[in-house]
This record gives sequence, C-alpha cells and structure tokens, in this order.
Amino acid sequence: MSFEYAPAPESRAVVSIKPKYGHFIGGKFVAGSKHFPTINPATEEVLSQIALAGKAEVDAAVKAARKAYTTTWSKMSGKERGKYLYRIARIMQERAREFAVLETLDNGKPIRESRDTDIPLAAAHFFYHAGWADKLEYAGLGTSPKPLGVAGQIIPWNFPLLMLAWKVAPALAAGNTVVLKPAESTPLTALLFAEVCQQAELPAGVVNIVTGDGSTGALIVNHPGIDKIAFTGSTEVGKIIARAVAPTKKSVTLELGGKAANIVFDDAPIDETVEGIVNGIFFNQGHVCCAGSRLLLQENVAEEVLHKLKNRMEKIRVGDPMDKNTDVGAINSKEQLVKITELAAAGDAEGAERWSPACTLPVKGFWFAPTIFTGVTQAHRIAREEIFGPVLSVLTFRTPQEAIEKANNTPFGLSAGVWSEKGSRILWASQQLRAGVIWANTFNKFDPTSPFGGYKESGWGREGGRHGLSAYLKGVGHE
Amino acid sequence: MSNRIDVKKTYKLYINGAFPRTESGRTYEVKSAKGAFIANPCLASRKDLRDAVVAARAAHAGWNKATAYNRGQILYRIAEMLEGRRAQFVDEIMQVTGVTKIKAEKEVTDSVDRLVWYAGWTDKIASFAGSTNPVAGPFYNFTIPESMGVVAAIAPETPSLLGFIDVVAPIIASGNTVVILASTKAPLSAMTFAEVLATSDLPNGVINILTGKKEEIAPWMASHMDIDALDISGLPAKLHAETKVAGAENLKRIHSFKSADPGRIIAFMEAKTVWHPIGL
Amino acid sequence: MNFYGLVDGSEASLKSYLNQLSGVDQVGAEARAAMLATRSIKTSSKRWAIDTAITMVDLTTLEGADTPGKVKALCTKAVRPDPTDTTVPSVGAVCVYNDMVSVARTHLDLIGGQHVPVAAVSTAFPSGRASMAVKIQDTQDAIDAGAAEIDMVIDRGAFLAGHYIEVFNEIVQIKQVCGDKAHLKVIFETGELVTYDNVRKASFLAMAAGADFIKTSTGKVAPAATPPVVLVMLEAVRDFYEMTNTRIGVKPAGGIRTTKDAIKQLVLVNETVGPDWLNPKLFRIGASALLNDLLMQRMKLDEGYYSSPQYVTMD
Repeated sequence: MSFEYAPAPESRAVVSIKPKYGHFIGGKFVAGSKHFPTINPATEEVLSQIALAGKAEVDAAVKAARKAYTTTWSKMSGKERGKYLYRIARIMQERAREFAVLETLDNGKPIRESRDTDIPLAAAHFFYHAGWADKLEYAGLGTSPKPLGVAGQIIPWNFPLLMLAWKVAPALAAGNTVVLKPAESTPLTALLFAEVCQQAELPAGVVNIVTGDGSTGALIVNHPGIDKIAFTGSTEVGKIIARAVAPTKKSVTLELGGKAANIVFDDAPIDETVEGIVNGIFFNQGHVCCAGSRLLLQENVAEEVLHKLKNRMEKIRVGDPMDKNTDVGAINSKEQLVKITELAAAGDAEGAERWSPACTLPVKGFWFAPTIFTGVTQAHRIAREEIFGPVLSVLTFRTPQEAIEKANNTPFGLSAGVWSEKGSRILWASQQLRAGVIWANTFNKFDPTSPFGGYKESGWGREGGRHGLSAYLKGVGHE
Repeated sequence: MSNRIDVKKTYKLYINGAFPRTESGRTYEVKSAKGAFIANPCLASRKDLRDAVVAARAAHAGWNKATAYNRGQILYRIAEMLEGRRAQFVDEIMQVTGVTKIKAEKEVTDSVDRLVWYAGWTDKIASFAGSTNPVAGPFYNFTIPESMGVVAAIAPETPSLLGFIDVVAPIIASGNTVVILASTKAPLSAMTFAEVLATSDLPNGVINILTGKKEEIAPWMASHMDIDALDISGLPAKLHAETKVAGAENLKRIHSFKSADPGRIIAFMEAKTVWHPIGL
Repeated sequence: MNFYGLVDGSEASLKSYLNQLSGVDQVGAEARAAMLATRSIKTSSKRWAIDTAITMVDLTTLEGADTPGKVKALCTKAVRPDPTDTTVPSVGAVCVYNDMVSVARTHLDLIGGQHVPVAAVSTAFPSGRASMAVKIQDTQDAIDAGAAEIDMVIDRGAFLAGHYIEVFNEIVQIKQVCGDKAHLKVIFETGELVTYDNVRKASFLAMAAGADFIKTSTGKVAPAATPPVVLVMLEAVRDFYEMTNTRIGVKPAGGIRTTKDAIKQLVLVNETVGPDWLNPKLFRIGASALLNDLLMQRMKLDEGYYSSPQYVTMD
C-alpha cells in the first residue's frame, strides 16, 4: 500500500443548473431566441443551453441600463449604492461554494483554485468597491467626480466570476450601470450572479447580463447607447475594439495579453522560486494573461533551477477539476487546446526541447500536460506569442542588464517576476521592467486594492485600487 | 531712423539638440496677421519625424532616470531662460498673430508661470498619483507612476507659445521625451523656444520640435510603432477618429486636453504596481 | 573525517559550505505548506496513513514528574496502543529522559516490546547549557542504559552567535559517542532559531556533521513543528540526498496533536522528499497526545461513527 491521495471530489449537488438560460435584462430573466451549448471542458458534457443575444436583446439591455442610470442609480446617494454592493459581497460569500463548483464545472479549473482564489477574490472586489461608493470625492479626480453612464463590459473565460467582479464592482460603485457579456464558453457563474443581484434587491436594470459570442460583444462595442467599454481578452480583439470606438465619445479600458518574463537571479530563494515558477505558469492551466510564461534563468543557476523545477513538476496533479487534490485542470475549450497544441508544435519545429512530467491525461475532455521548453531564444514563436496554456519557455541570461533587455523585448507589458534575495537588485529590476505589475519573490497575486493592468500592447488603464476606480469616473481637464 | 538692413533668422527644426533643416528640403510661408511675409519655416516630412523619434527614444532612458528634482530644476531653468527673452517672444507673437502687446505679454507671462508650475510637479506627481495598497496578505504593495516613453504631440494653433508649453511641459515633467509638431500658422514662438531649450541644460532629444502640416504628420505619428502615446490636443477634431484608428495598431495612449491640470502629467504615465513579501 | 566530502572539519570550510545555501522566503515557504495542507485524503489512504503515523510516533514523556510507573505505562501503550485491537501496530519508539532509559528498556523487553527502541533526550536537554564533558557523559549514560536513539539538542546560543563550528563539533563528538550503537537525532529548537534561513542552515550543518535524523524541537518551546518548518527541513534532506546519496530522517516534535496534523505532515513528506521517507526509519513524529487521536480516528474508520476519549487508554 502506498500513500495515494484518494479522489476527493467536491459534491456537485450544491448547484442546480437549468437546462436552458435566457438573458438578465431589467432585473428579470428574459427568454432567448437562439441558443448554444455550454459544456464542461473536463468531460465534454453539455451543461446547459445558453441564449445568444442579438441586436434586439442588446438594445433591450442597453435601454434597461440607461433607464436605471437616469431614473435610479445616478440619483441614489453613494452611501445607498454602497450598501447594495456590500449586500452583493455578502451573498457571494454565502453562496461561495455554489459559485466555486459552478465555475469549475463550466471552466475546467481546479476546485481548489475556484474555491480558494476566484470566488473569495470576487467577493472581496465587491466589498472593497462598496466602500468607495460614498467616497468618490477622495479618488483624486476632483471634488465631484461623475460616473460615465452605461458601461458595456465584455469579459473572458479564464476567471469568469472574478473578471465580472473586476468590471461590475467599480462600475456600480462609481454610479454607472452595466451591460455585461460573459464569455461564450463560461456564462454560468455570471447567470448565477444575476440571481445574486435579485437576492440583493439591486434596482432593476443596474446590472444587465446578455450571453452570446463575439457577435454579441461587437453589438455592445458598437452600441451608440453605451458610454464606456471595458474589455478583458486578447490583444487582437482589443485592437479591434480600440478602432471601433475611435470615432465615438466612448471611454475604454482594455486588459489584454501578456508574455511575462519571470526572472530568476542566482541568489534567489530557490525552493520558493521553483514554487513561484510553477504558480506563475501552471496556475489556472496557464490561462492567465499575466502568466510568467517566459522563464529567464541566470546561467550559473539554470541547471539547478531546471532540475528542481522538473522534480517539482513531477508532483503536479493533473486531472478531474472537481477533485480537491487537483493542481491543473482542463483546458477551457477545444479551440484553446488546438491553439496551445499548435504553438507547442512550433516550439518543437523551431528546435526547442520539450519536456513534460509523466502524467496520465483523461480521455474525455480537453487536456494538455504541463510542459516546459528549454533552449528557447527570443526569436522563437513560443518566446513571443501568448500561448495561454500550461507551456513555459525557458531562456537564460548572463547579467542583470541582459535579463531586463530580454524581459522588455516584447510588445506586451502586463507583468513580470523577479526572484532575488538582494533588495537593491529587486528594486532596480522593478524599476527597469516595462510592465504594469511586478511580482518580486512572488507571482500571480491579486487584490482589489492593488491596481492591475499593462503597459504597451497589454492594454489601457488599470483595474483595482484607486487607479481602477478612476476608469469609471469623469476626470477633470481630460476631454 | 536707421536704414540698417536687419538680419533675419532661418527657422529650422529642433532634433536631438541640433537645428537641422528638413531632410525634404521643403519650406512653407508664414505670414503676419496682415498678410506680410515673415519666414519660411521647414515643412517637416515623415522622415524628419522618424529621425526625431529615434532621438527621443535614445534620450528617454537618461531623462527617465534623472531624478525628479533634477527634471524640476531643468524645467525651472527653461522658465528662467524664457523670462530673459520675453521681449523677443512678445514681438513674435504680435507679429504672427496680430494680438495686442498686452495680450502677447500675458501669453508669455503665463507661459513662464506654467513652466514654473510644472517644474514643481515633477517631484510631487508620484505621491499624488501613486499609492501604497493594503493588500490582504503578507505583502508590501505599492503603485508608482512612471513615464511611458516617447510621446508625440500636436501643439494647438493658438496660443502658439502657451499652447505649446501646455502640451510639452506635462509630457516631459514625468520623464517622457517628446516629438511635437508646432502650430502651423504660428510656428515662430515654438522654434524660438527651441533656442531657449538649447540653453537650458535640457538633455538633447528630450524635446524635439517639427514644423509643418498636421494632416501630413499626424498619420505618421499615429502609425509609428515606436511612439507610445499621442497628445492630440492641437489636432482638429475631424482628424481624431482616424488618428485613433491608426494609433490602435500598437495601442497608443491617445489623449487631448482643454486645460492645465496634473491629469495631463498622469495621462502620459503608466502605473506600475510592485509586490514583495514581508517576512523574516 | 571527511563529512561526505562537504566539509573538512575546519571553520573556513564549514563557513563556505553554509554560505552557498540559498535563502528561504518566509511567505513563499508558508504558502507552499498551507497549499499542501489542503490536500484531501480519503478512506483507504487515510487508514494507511493512520497506521503509518502510529508506527512513526516517538511516544514521549519528558516531565520533571516522570516516574518508573508512568514510564512503564507509556511502554505498554507503545507496544500495543489499542489493547482491544491487535491489528494496531506498535509505535516507532519510546522517548524519555536519560534516567528513565533503563526502566523503559527493561519494561519493554518484559512485555514483548523488544522491537520498540528507546530514545533518550541528551546533551543537557532541553537547554543544551552544560559543558561538553557533561554532554558526552549524558549521552554515554543513555547508551549504556540501552538507548538505541539519542535525541541531542544543539547549542542554540552558539548557533545564533555565529559559532557554527562549535555546534558542528558538538554534533561530531556526540555522533562518535553514539557510534554504531545508537541513531543520532539532532534537535534544533526551531522556535529559538526563529528564521527559516537558520533552520535550513542548521539542517545542512547537522547533516554534514553526522546526524541520522534532524528534529525540530524539544517540545518545551513554541512554535515547534509547524508545517513550514518541517517543509524547510524536508527540502534540506531532499537536497542533501541529491548531494550525498544519503537519506537523513526528519522528526517533527511538538504541537502535533491530531490525526489531521499528522496527515498534513505525511503529505509534506510525500510531496517534498517522496514516498521513500514515509517510513519510521526516516520519519518520526515526537508526540504524546497524538497517539490517542490516531486511535480514535482509526476506530471511526472501522466503526463508522465518532469515538470518544473514553474508549482509548489515557497513558
């Protein structure tokens, strides 16, 4: 007998998924016309039929949001708005397990992560922003900052509920109303959030949720009744949105792609660094825009770090996302799996050396083993393009300057990691790195008080903290 | 009284601390408010823009690294130099725009004062726009604003000096370098201002000044992939949409402003958030 | 002596050996330990884990009030932890003060517990504040009385003062006393070393000096065997194995009172050094109250309902 962890599946009984969902418009669920399936990527089981919003539904949602904005929400005192947000935060905490299970079923991420990261952080975002609602004059934007109006919000599939919270909480706190579209492949927690809005007795139309695909997103982006677009997703789509809104008065925030360097100096605390590397790239199957997907190792410790990293990777548990012991779950969709597979093949073709730990992947569902490529150079596609999967490209450097040059040699600038026990070097590197979030001796940490967002092609604006709030307020002097 | 023939100045571009002619060899005519010929400034080309961007990019590392105190002193030094040449600027403004002496003097006074105001912001903007963030965990977390890199800008037509300074000063205050297209009809004060800059300890390449046509230069600014941001305060509104569309290719930060405000500095800064564990 | 070729016995070589160790980031180490604490063990694995944990318990009494009677009772419990269930294995060892070693050894032999070794705490336990001659004599006495395992304390004062060579030499000398008669466990008293950097340094120092086991604590100082401390020691043991091909054991002691705590420790072992160490030869848990909780949880697995302290013996 050996010490095997028995499967410890989270109970699915806590959620009830309807066979079919409509949209949430004006405080009510409204039947959709066309539908598409949402599946569990770990099993390919169809979980539910999701409504595809067309022009009529988006119009109705914008109309409801506008009405709520003019008649209710913009007139309500910040103090009262804040109380609604506190209610939402509390209900999300009360129903945390339900959200976690639903998120894992729909997204494929390990229950440990949805339970310990996504859902608690989502609730924390509402709690944090609730407190802002009656303190907007202290946000550094003058004595009476004003909301923008109706915000159209389009969120990705990698952290469905958390990204909803990042968008909805500041928008509502600042006095805006929203039309939100969850990602095509992960709409279920947003629809559960709609129920939370009902339980919180949020005035009808303050939050409207329409489901659909890219066509629905485009309808929101191009809708003349919307004042603000907030988007998280690929840089490619971000640019399309930037062009689309160029002729309009819409303000825009974009949280886009990344290709973060995770730099390991020779004086790094090695075991915690290895943990940080693993967390940096394999957290959430690497479906993280700020993932530490380029590992830059100082040459004199490269061998040792790689050796330890490989040993550590042997311990990664890939499999059933509902198992509480699972570290890496399912790839979110077939399309994403194809993309990861294709880029990894490009790594092979370009001569990088692929390595994965021995792990048995389930037969059904979409899976990709944790993978590292060594012998990667800046010229490799896998060092330049965002893979958005559990694939790490390993490069080396000789001097701190070379590390920074390589780290910054990318059109992206979302995040970066630095590992060293030398304080002055950490501060120096933090200063030199052209990225919006620098994790020094840690990685992939998030907090509602901490602004998050990128330089260069990683996007416009910040989410979280006072900086994030300002994206939903009219400033002074700025046209 | 005197029948001396005065010596007229040839107005050139200001790139990397030097005064080159446009590589295109083109000029255009600037006339006074009454229609009299004043000068033939350069009609800058996209290649002049290209050269200016190279200079601005090269200057960024050093200017960004300079202490805020140092940048503040240099901005103040620019104000000192401008103050000393008030009369020349007043004359040029009157000559080109036809405004009264009182108005021209006010513009120069405001320009000096505006430089002094921005000089004082250099070492305060980080505490105003930055924060320490009380995250829920054993981490020290702070957000600091820092310069974006190379900003291209279109100065407004009028006021030709104050408008120019209102665009340039907030951009460089934080450590950005700039390539700016001066007022087309009234480029003289911008080009004379270059002489002020050249004697103000400002490192070469921090401010690069072109003269020419907005419709010609703006699209090249918008599409240039080594420009990080654009200030289009001086660009006619009808050109904003196409500029923003072109600028989306590398997601330039594109802003325009109505008034002097620290928000103008912040708009061309990136917020960087740094996390570090707190432990034994 | 060649100390695995890592150190030549000089202060300079010891310093350079310790200086090349990487640091430990407290927050990162604690986060890793906390993550591993979320591992969920169910049914069959849990039963195996409980029985394995029982075989790893160094059943301990280290009180000023210890008497032969108390020690004998402990020995009885050590051999047959659950008198009503013969499938329950004996514990790993009985751990007592020096003067109780012969009582324990004699009684164990008397009741059929020849297979259960006696461990003696040594070198002026728990403070370590005595002359080297006394420490050597203390150890020799214990071995003469039948101790097969010596749990020595290091001189934390010397360690914190940076006199690593003194600490090293003490371990070397005690190891010589132990010879092939007794296994040497070296206690760091991690609660007094405070930082994980120190724990890592002490681990490498003790292993090079000849420790068979490295042990967290005396049980007299809190915090003691916290999961991150054990994690850091296990990482050191793992690295030392890669350097020397020698497996050093780890013994957390102090503060491990429940089955849940014990299973967390086993998870740390499994994920850090691997299943080879899931063996009383390489992993022990110094505890007293833990054993009864393991027995109660074992009953719960067998019977399907929660047990009560009344159904396990109090010794």
